[in-house]
Amino acid sequence: MHELSLCRSLVRQATLVAAEHGAPGIRRVCVRIGPLSGVEAELMREAFPLASRHTAAEGARLEMTTSPVRVHCPRCEREAEARVNDLSCPLCGHWQTRLTGGDELLLVSVDLAAPIAAPSVPSSP
Amino acid sequence: MCQTCGCALPDHLQHASTEHDVHTVEVLEGLKSHNDAAARHNREHFDRAGLLVVNLMSSPGAGKTRLLEATIEALGGRHRLAVIEGDLETENDARRIRAKGVPAVQITTGSACHLDATMVHRAAHALSLDELDILFIENVGNLVCPASFDLGQHANVTLLSTPEGDDKPLKYPVMFRSSDLVLVTKTDLLPVLDDFDVEAVKEHMHRLASAAPVMALSSKSGPLDAWLEWLEAGLAERRRPFRPAPSPDGERLLTRPGLPGHLASTAP
Repeated sequence: MHELSLCRSLVRQATLVAAEHGAPGIRRVCVRIGPLSGVEAELMREAFPLASRHTAAEGARLEMTTSPVRVHCPRCEREAEARVNDLSCPLCGHWQTRLTGGDELLLVSVDLAAPIAAPSVPSSP
Repeated sequence: MCQTCGCALPDHLQHASTEHDVHTVEVLEGLKSHNDAAARHNREHFDRAGLLVVNLMSSPGAGKTRLLEATIEALGGRHRLAVIEGDLETENDARRIRAKGVPAVQITTGSACHLDATMVHRAAHALSLDELDILFIENVGNLVCPASFDLGQHANVTLLSTPEGDDKPLKYPVMFRSSDLVLVTKTDLLPVLDDFDVEAVKEHMHRLASAAPVMALSSKSGPLDAWLEWLEAGLAERRRPFRPAPSPDGERLLTRPGLPGHLASTAP
């Protein structure tokens, strides 16, 4: 179950955001996953409490939105929704399409708990 | 949508006692950023040493180790090879590689179903990269998880053994979409497997909009020529001092021969 590894990574990123803003806790973590990202939303949901234990993200809500699989067809120059295991152009049947959506695995936003201290000024390198 | 802070959570007011004690920070960062950074670091190591790194993926038993043994027999005299072995348990595969006179570093993942860039980084430091030409990473046998982690390799090669059935690309699109080459292995069994069609594998790869070549071979009875040529071409590419900008995929694909007629048909 690689979702646990990915959840650990997610928690690491979210807690970094919390630390940067001096927030004591995280209320909600929003992620966007595509069907071609190789991640199963249900397994992420199960892994998140384990990965977030004893971190600032413990008890936070994990919100996941799934994005559709979309392809751009260079032949008919249109974009359309496609199936996970059929990425050929649904409009003209051309196979050499380019994936424009559906493989995302993104941390979109983090809701931080108050009090919000003044955002720490990142030290310039 | 919450009118105060713009968050999309319908029950926003339930999880915040007041609207002002929650602060939303936009991030928009890949979930694998930590692994991807480690993979980039690995790739820098590999590029500096001028070697070709090939990640082998397949289900358990598709013949990754056997392919490596045959490859070492064929190329070991010409190129300096090494293998990073990923396995849940045992050092069996690493022992088989070492028996062929090639250095092998074992990563025992325990119950982890895939290798990640940090594991490969540790293993790579156990090898003298400057003294190598080709480094193989034998990933954990699994058609799901390994596809999600960049290790810093230059190419993904996915093995599909004939007893598994030719429809695997459609069943595991994430893995096969990430492949730069598909090797159909155990072709010596084809005479008794009348339902496996190598051409069907190619068509299924096209369904995934992938132009990755599909090669069929038997590590047991050979020949391995196409595979060895692919490796040597990849190595030559790594060694070329100045690489021209690659042409857009479409341009290259349109000139590929042997495209099945129905896939190459023009728009109505």
